[in-house]
Amino acid sequence: MKTMKMSLALAGLMMVAAPLATAQQINAAGASFPAVIYQKWFDEYHKMHADVQVNYQSIGSGGGIAQLTAGTVDFGASDVPMTDEQISKLAVKPLHFPSVLGGVVPTYNIAGVTQEIKFTSETLPGIFLGTITKWNDARLAKDNPGVKFPNEEIQVVHRSDGSGTTFVWTDYLSKVSPNWKSKVGAGASVNWPVGLGGKGNEGVAGTVKQTANSIGYVELIYAVQNKMAYGNVKNASGAFVKADFNTVTEAAAGAAKNIPDDFRVSITNAAGKNAYPISTFTWLLIPSHIPDAAKAKTIKAFLQWMLADGQKYAAGLSYASLPKEVIAKEVKQIAKIQ
Amino acid sequence: MMRGNLIWRKSVNAAMLSVTAVFTVLAVCSLFLILGYLVYYGGRSLDWNFFTKLPLPPGEIGGGMANAIVGSLKIVGVAALMGLPFGFLAGVYLSEFEDKVFCPLVRYVADLLNGIPSIVVGLLAWGLVVVPTRSFSGLAGSIALAVMLIPIVTRQTEQFLREVPLSLREAALALGASKWKTIATVVVPAGSKGILTGMILGIARISGESAPLLFTAFNNQFWGGGITQPTASLPVMIYSHAIAPYDDWHRQAWAAGLVLIGMVLIANIAARLVLARGISVPRA
Amino acid sequence: MATPAVADITAIRRQTTQTGDIVARLITLAFAASIILITLLLVWQLWFQSAPSRHKFGFAFLFSSTWNPVTENFGALPFVYGTVVTSILALLISVPLGLGSAIFLSELAPAGISSALTFLIELLAAIPSVIYGLLALFTLVPLMRDYGEPFLKSTLGFLPLFKGPVYGFGLLTGGMVLSIMTIPFIISVSREALLAVPREQREAALALGATRWESTWQIVVPYAKLGILGSIFLGLARALGETMAVTMVIGNDPKIVASLFAPGYSIAAVIANEFSEATGQVYQSALIELGLVLFLLTIIINGVARLMIVATTRKGSKR
Repeated sequence: MKTMKMSLALAGLMMVAAPLATAQQINAAGASFPAVIYQKWFDEYHKMHADVQVNYQSIGSGGGIAQLTAGTVDFGASDVPMTDEQISKLAVKPLHFPSVLGGVVPTYNIAGVTQEIKFTSETLPGIFLGTITKWNDARLAKDNPGVKFPNEEIQVVHRSDGSGTTFVWTDYLSKVSPNWKSKVGAGASVNWPVGLGGKGNEGVAGTVKQTANSIGYVELIYAVQNKMAYGNVKNASGAFVKADFNTVTEAAAGAAKNIPDDFRVSITNAAGKNAYPISTFTWLLIPSHIPDAAKAKTIKAFLQWMLADGQKYAAGLSYASLPKEVIAKEVKQIAKIQ
Repeated sequence: MMRGNLIWRKSVNAAMLSVTAVFTVLAVCSLFLILGYLVYYGGRSLDWNFFTKLPLPPGEIGGGMANAIVGSLKIVGVAALMGLPFGFLAGVYLSEFEDKVFCPLVRYVADLLNGIPSIVVGLLAWGLVVVPTRSFSGLAGSIALAVMLIPIVTRQTEQFLREVPLSLREAALALGASKWKTIATVVVPAGSKGILTGMILGIARISGESAPLLFTAFNNQFWGGGITQPTASLPVMIYSHAIAPYDDWHRQAWAAGLVLIGMVLIANIAARLVLARGISVPRA
Repeated sequence: MATPAVADITAIRRQTTQTGDIVARLITLAFAASIILITLLLVWQLWFQSAPSRHKFGFAFLFSSTWNPVTENFGALPFVYGTVVTSILALLISVPLGLGSAIFLSELAPAGISSALTFLIELLAAIPSVIYGLLALFTLVPLMRDYGEPFLKSTLGFLPLFKGPVYGFGLLTGGMVLSIMTIPFIISVSREALLAVPREQREAALALGATRWESTWQIVVPYAKLGILGSIFLGLARALGETMAVTMVIGNDPKIVASLFAPGYSIAAVIANEFSEATGQVYQSALIELGLVLFLLTIIINGVARLMIVATTRKGSKR
């Protein structure tokens, strides 16, 4: 009994303490918005470089910033750029690397409605403020002739965690609705007037999918992958635009030419005939100094790959690839990582 | 009139018998419902991939939770290595070395520790391990689980050691054995069945815990670099997969739920069977 | 010549056995004392790490209902509300069911059936919280959303408790999951308390002509009431601290609304959801302060429960 216990303990210790021979474990966490393409990238990269394991956990942009500040991850990810105040809290200055473009769509689950719903700068804030409470409200009907809305209450679903997706969504709502701006404002985590909270883009999509007559906001891929309906949004030029590769790319076109050196920019409500108004860059937050030389080398190599071959995966996963000008500028920034 | 009253009282008696029986059946039925759902949905979802493959990127079908199964074994294993001896020795003290003030205090505190919400224990491990080491790690998760394991094992050990008859101890002492020798060679082996039961039940309890691992062991898409790195575990995977929108992830969550409950229930039933065989004291 | 040598040897042997005993005592004492140390460490950690939040808000933290990470204004009230409401709902369901089952199992059922059923019910307590959550998410939530809550709304909708939109997720569903999780505790401990009542009490009642139910309800149960009360407190303490099952169905909205259909938030759920992404000292320490509040709540209730249970067993064994 005693010797068996001893040998079991020893075997356990060996199994536990022995990491894979030369595997390099890199830990990252952050936004759920780009999580789908990040997981794909890290999976593909692992297939090409079997010794590199980049463990990315989708915990929300707030989480990415928080864990980067705490130093528990090697790099973070966020759809909302870090503020100056947040950057000042870090001992090592983080570099923002836009990784991909995406759009946040209003996704809904309404009984009997299969058509695409058109949302405007009046109806969208109204629904999320709780001033428009029923689907068959006149204001929605006005923009959607021919759609038979049920006489049901609107179940709003929002994020319960600190989210860059929330930031993009509320940033857009603040830009188009002074009422929203004064009552709620823009932020990664806001005081929602109404609705259920879901954790991550995954949680919001899951909840909307399960709850009849609900509406939530998610990155495009989550609606597409789960075959959920999503609506068109009226952009600054007055056109009702559906989010896709082209409309999101167009939203970034204006900003791409004059993108600031630190790459922190908002492209919501962009000008452009067919620009999707709720688009955004999403960033990897890489420390400018990485003490572990091997990790630094791997991360830089990954960034090179991301800006070249990685971009090819964007279209297939309903994201949009980065504009050429932005890529060129970013490649130069890679050199800044030491 | 008396007879009427008696009939009323007798019918109340019969009625309450039925009502309480129904309540009991309801309670037991909920167990069978739970198991039924898990066996049905989990059984349909289990496949070979589940046990052998790593998780795939969201939206892709056919992934598995091999790393979570191994991760759970690692985390619980290390927790057991830390918590079992700790709890055992503390239980020995409480049972064998009586102390008027100190022992009741330790017992009371152990029971309180047992009742602390698991998420708060997770906060403790986070503050003690994750913050100073600036890293999520399976080890932090193990420490949280060990803190939960210790009071269970302590109280069980104490209880079963106490049940060993005084005559055994006195016989050993009369033969000239020292106290510690008596404990080690006579009392502990006599109570070993119960102590083992307590240990198995404790391990079964902590292997199902998810909350203390959320921000200690975190999670991992890959096999990971050992116990000092973020480690995947079954309970955390069940949580993250259940709240996601992907039908394939839901399927995997059910499968994981079945595997987890299978392990927990087998451990529980085995432990009680061990106990039911009786204490291993030879008849004098 | 021989006697002094033997005396020496016996003296040495006595010394070494005494040393062995002392060492054994010290080692086991160290581990036993460490249990107290661990608990103190936990309290200190919670106290120390929640300092920024405590200094900023003081006692007002407990009574403020704002939870705004943007303006860094935090209050515990919505979470205390959600925690307490779901726990009370759980008890409202599990106490009658649990006590009734305990009475059946200890008083009215034949011994063989009683132990078999008790074993099965105790297995319920072994099921992990996340699995309760999994089941509740996929079976209970749709059930409540499509049948349960609309039914309550149509029959009892005049009460503010049952007004408002029906989500499936919410305080009511949270309470129901918790009730299934607390039942085994109430049954297990109440049954022990009832079994501890001396036989003479029952026999005296029956000798006086009472029916079995009358003997149980009017004599045995009041005799065991401390233990039963203890089991309720124990169940309450468990319900207050439950994390995963509640997080998955409560709706995650930090608001205080009268309706039970509304989404709410519990202390454990908000820590689980928001801790890994709390940016900034104040946010993080506010969550830890919530953990401290929960810790104190469960300690107090557990402490009271244990005292009651100890009092019962002592009372029962007196005779």
